[in-house]
Amino acid sequence: MSLHPHQSSPNPVPLAQTLGVLAILILALAMPFLLDKIGLDYYLGSLTKMMIYGIAACSLNLILGYAGLVSFGHAAYMGIGAYAVGILISQGQVNAWVDISFSVLLCAFLALLMGFICLRTKGVYFIMITLAFAQMLYYLSNSIKAFGGDEGLSIKSRLDFGIQLSQKSDVHLYFLVLIFLILSLYLIHRIMNSKFGQVIKAIKDDDVRVDSIGIHAFKYKLAIFVIAGALGGLAGALMVNQQKYVSPNLLHWTQSGTLMVMVILGGVGTLSGGLWGALLLLTLESVISEYTLHWQFFVGWILLAVILMAPKGLASFSALWSARSKGRDQVPKVKTIKP
Amino acid sequence: MSGILILEQALNGLQFGLMLFLLASGLTLVFGIMDMINLAHGALYMIGAFLTAWLVQLTQSFFLSVFLAVILTSIFGMLLEKTLLKSLYARDHMSQVLATFALILILNESVKMIWGTDLPLSSPDYLSGPIEIIPGLMYSSYRLVIIATGLLIALFLYLVVTRTKMGAWVRAGASNREMALAMGINIDILFTAVFGLGAALCAVAGAMLAPLLAVQVGMGENILILAFVVIVIGGIGSVWGAFVGSLLVGCVDTMGRSLLPFMFREFLPPQWAGAAGPAVASILVYVLMAGVLFVRPQGLFNQRT
Amino acid sequence: MKFKKVLALSVIGACQMLTMPMLHAADKVKVGFVSTLSGPSAALGVDIRDAFQLAVKLNGGKLGGLPAEVIISDDQFKPDVAKEQFEKMVKRDKVDFLTGVVFSNIMLAALPETVESNTFYLSPNAAPSPMAGKDCSPNFFAVAWPNDAYHEAAGQYATNKGFKSAYLLAPNYQAGQDSLAGFKRFYKGKVVNEVYTKLGQLDYAAELAEIRAAKPEILYIFLPGGMGVNFIKQFMAAGLSKETKLIVPGFGADQDIIRGVGADMLGVFDTSHWGLDLPNAANKKFVAEFEKEYKRLPTLYASQGYDTAMLIDAAVKASNGNLSDKDLVRKNLTEAKFSSVRGEFKFNTNHYPIQNYYVREVVKDEQGRLVNKIIGQPIMTRHADAYVQDCKMK
Repeated sequence: MSLHPHQSSPNPVPLAQTLGVLAILILALAMPFLLDKIGLDYYLGSLTKMMIYGIAACSLNLILGYAGLVSFGHAAYMGIGAYAVGILISQGQVNAWVDISFSVLLCAFLALLMGFICLRTKGVYFIMITLAFAQMLYYLSNSIKAFGGDEGLSIKSRLDFGIQLSQKSDVHLYFLVLIFLILSLYLIHRIMNSKFGQVIKAIKDDDVRVDSIGIHAFKYKLAIFVIAGALGGLAGALMVNQQKYVSPNLLHWTQSGTLMVMVILGGVGTLSGGLWGALLLLTLESVISEYTLHWQFFVGWILLAVILMAPKGLASFSALWSARSKGRDQVPKVKTIKP
Repeated sequence: MSGILILEQALNGLQFGLMLFLLASGLTLVFGIMDMINLAHGALYMIGAFLTAWLVQLTQSFFLSVFLAVILTSIFGMLLEKTLLKSLYARDHMSQVLATFALILILNESVKMIWGTDLPLSSPDYLSGPIEIIPGLMYSSYRLVIIATGLLIALFLYLVVTRTKMGAWVRAGASNREMALAMGINIDILFTAVFGLGAALCAVAGAMLAPLLAVQVGMGENILILAFVVIVIGGIGSVWGAFVGSLLVGCVDTMGRSLLPFMFREFLPPQWAGAAGPAVASILVYVLMAGVLFVRPQGLFNQRT
Repeated sequence: MKFKKVLALSVIGACQMLTMPMLHAADKVKVGFVSTLSGPSAALGVDIRDAFQLAVKLNGGKLGGLPAEVIISDDQFKPDVAKEQFEKMVKRDKVDFLTGVVFSNIMLAALPETVESNTFYLSPNAAPSPMAGKDCSPNFFAVAWPNDAYHEAAGQYATNKGFKSAYLLAPNYQAGQDSLAGFKRFYKGKVVNEVYTKLGQLDYAAELAEIRAAKPEILYIFLPGGMGVNFIKQFMAAGLSKETKLIVPGFGADQDIIRGVGADMLGVFDTSHWGLDLPNAANKKFVAEFEKEYKRLPTLYASQGYDTAMLIDAAVKASNGNLSDKDLVRKNLTEAKFSSVRGEFKFNTNHYPIQNYYVREVVKDEQGRLVNKIIGQPIMTRHADAYVQDCKMK
C-alpha cells in the first residue's frame, strides 16, 4: 500500500548531505584540539554553552516548528531542569546518571501537567497561558530563599559521570555535551520520521481533520509537549553543570523569547534549526559585543528583517498556523483587508 | 490591622491599578481592533518616561514636560504604526510576537544610545510633601495626583468610547472588524488613531510613575506582562474589562506586599516571609488569569462577537 | 543546504578569531574591574571606578612600578552577567587582580571564578559575613569593611542614645541580612519589626504604610543606591519624618543619596569608617584630587576604590613586580603596608579589616553644600568582625 504510514523510511540520503554531516562532526570532534593550538581554549566553554542552548532550541522546535504550538513558556523546562540538578548537587548527590534522569523525568511530568491544561486553549490564549505557567515558576524560584532566591544558586562541584577528570575538565564536558546533542538530534530525527511524526505534521496542518479521521489530536500534542519538555530539562541539567550556577532569570519570559528567536533564525520546523539558531545568536552576541555595548540593537534589526522578509519556510508555516488559529468559533480573518 | 493601614494600602493598590489601566487600555484596544499582539507597548511606556525626564531638564517644569512627552510619544507611536506595524496586521500572532520582541531590543538600545541607561526624574517640589486626607493619615500628595489623573483619564476614555462617533467606530471595530469595514469605516485612520491613543496613554503612565520608580532602560518589560494578564482577564477589546482587571491586579499585588508578608511572618523567618509574600502575590495574579481562561476563556467582559 | 551549514560554521569559527585577545605580557599589571555601571545604583560603581582610575593616574599610569592595564566591564546589576565577565577576565584576559563589584549577591555568584582559579579578588565594597567566617578564602580580600560593621556601629549609636523601639528594613539578600543582624547585635532596645524587601525594589508605598501603623521611635534602613534615594524621598513625601526618626548606615546618607534626595537630608545621622574630613594626609590629597578631576565630592565608595588601587600598588611594589609568585603577592597583600585614606589599616586573619567607625551628621559646609561631618570620637575603635573565629584559614 503506497500510502501506508509505515513506509516512512526516507528517500536514500544524498551523498552530499552525508559528507556534509560527517565534515561537521569531524570539525566538532577536533574543536578542542584546534582551539588549544591557537590558544583560544577559553572559547571551548562558550561552544559548550552554545550546544546546550542548541538542545533547548531544538526541543522548542519540536513543538513550535513541527507541531505548530507557540509556547511562550519553554524556558521553564530549562530552568526547572537546571534547578533540579543544582539542588541535588548542593545536597551532595553528584551522580550524573541519577541527577540527569531525575531532571528529565521531572520536566516530562511538568510538561504533562502544563500541557494537559494549556493544550485545551488555542491561539493567543495558548501563548498567554504557557507564559503564565512559566512566570509562576519564575516567581516561585525567586521566592524560595533556601535555594538562593533571586541571588541564584551556586554549586561547588560538577556532576560525576563516572569518568575520571569529568568534573574539572572543560574538554571532557565539551565532549559529553556533544554526545548528548547528537543523541538528542537523533531522537528528534527518529520521532519526526516515524508514524507518530506524520501525525504531528498533519496536526500542524489541520488538527480538526486529524480528529475527524479518528486520531485523537490532543493526545499526540500532549505527547510531543512532554518530549519537548523532557529535552528542555536535559538542556537545563547540562547548563547548570557547565555554569555551576542557576538563577531564576533562566525561567523569565525573555528567555523563552530568546529560544523562540533561535528557532526562527535557525529554521522553523527543521531538525537542526534550533542548533544553528543558537550558534548564530550567541556568536553574534559575543562578536558584536566586543565592538559595541549595543549588540542587541543589531540583533533586533536582523531578527526583524528575517520575520518581515519571511523566507519561504516561515511564510508557509505562518499562513497555515494562522488559518488554524482563527479557529471555528470566530469569524475567519479576511486576509485581503490591508489598512 | 488598623483602619488607617487598610485605607492607605487600598489607596496604594488603586494608584498602581490605575497606572496599569493606562497601559492595559491601549493594549486591549490595539489587540481588539487590529488583532495585533504588540510586545513593544512597554517600550512606549519607557519612551514616555525618558522623554519626560529629558524635557524636565530643558523646561524645568514637570507637568509641561509630561504634556509634551505624551504628544511626542503619541506621534512616535503613530509613525511606528504607519511604517513598521502595518505589515504585521495580516501576519499570524507568532510573527507579531517575534517582530515586536525584536522591536523591544531595538528600542531599548536606541534609548540607551541616546540618553544612556537611566535618567533622574523627581516629582515637582510642590508635590513632594504629604496631605492629611483624614486625621491620622498623611498620604503623599504626588500619589494623590496620580490617582486623580488615572481616574480622569478613565472617565475621559469612557466618554470617548461611549459618547463620540470615533468611540462608536472603535467599539464596532473591536466587536466585529469585517462588518465595521463593510459599513464604510475608514480603517486606515482608525488604526493609526487607536495606536496613537495607546501610545499617549503609555506615556502618561510612564511619566507619572517614573518619579516613584526609576527611569531606566527595560522598565517596560515588567509592567508589560502584567498588562497582558490584565487584558486576558478583562477580555480582549474591552476597555471596561481592562479597568476592572487592572484594579483587581493592583489590589492583589499590593495585598501581596503587605498582607501576605504580615501573615507569613507569623510562622516563617523574616527573610523567607519577605521573599514569599510578593512571590505568592505574583503567582496569585497568574492563577487568577489561568482560572479566568479556564472558566470563561474569552475574558470577563469580552467584546468580540 | 549542507554547504550553507559548513559555511556558517566556518564563519562562526572565523568570528571567534576576531575576538582573540592580546597576549599577556609579563611586564605589566592587569586588573579586571567589574561593577554596576548602569541602572539606578550606577553612582556607586561609577564612584569606585573613578577613584580607582584616579589612583592609577596619580601614580603615572602605574601600579607598583609596573604599567597598569585596567579592563572595565559593567555587570548591569545581574549576577549571571558578572559571572560571565569574571570568567572572561580570568580565563581569556588572564588578569592578575580582579575587583570592583558593589553588591554582595552579584559578588557571591561570580566569586568562584576567581578564588578557585587562584586569582586574587579584592573587594572594594561587598564583604559578606560567610566570607569572613566559614567560607573564608586566602584569595579573597575585603578592602572596605565587613558587611555588618556600619550597622553594628549604628546599633551601638541607637543604644547610646536610648531609643526604645526600632523598625528595621533591608533588601532580601546577603548584605541585607548581614546589616540587620549587625544592628541587632549592638542595639539593646525593642525591635518592633524586621522587614526584607525585594532587592532593586523602587516603590515602597506598601512598606511605608506598615511603618506608619507600627509607630516605631526610630526607623533603621539599609538601602544602598537607587533604592535608598527612592525610599527616603517617599518617606518624606508620606510625612513620616515627623512621626519616626530615620537612622541609616553611611550608605544611606552619602553624596549619591544627597544628590538624589536633596535638602531633606539635612540633619540625618549615619555611621561609616571614613569621612571627607578625616585629617590624615592621604585623605586630604584624595579628596582634593577627586574633586579637581571629577568636579564632585567623593563618596565612601570612592574612598574604597582608591584604597583598593593603593593596596595593589603597595603589594606589587613589595613583590618587586613578581606577579607570578602568588604566595609572595598574597603575603604582601595581607601585610597591606600602604597609606589608607581612612588612616590606620590592618587586615585581620580572615583578610577583613580591623578599623574605627564614626558617627556622621549631614550638615552644610562653608560653601553651602550638604556633606557628612564626623561627630565626636569614634563610636567603635579597632573593631573586628564577629565571624573571624569561624575562619579556618591560617
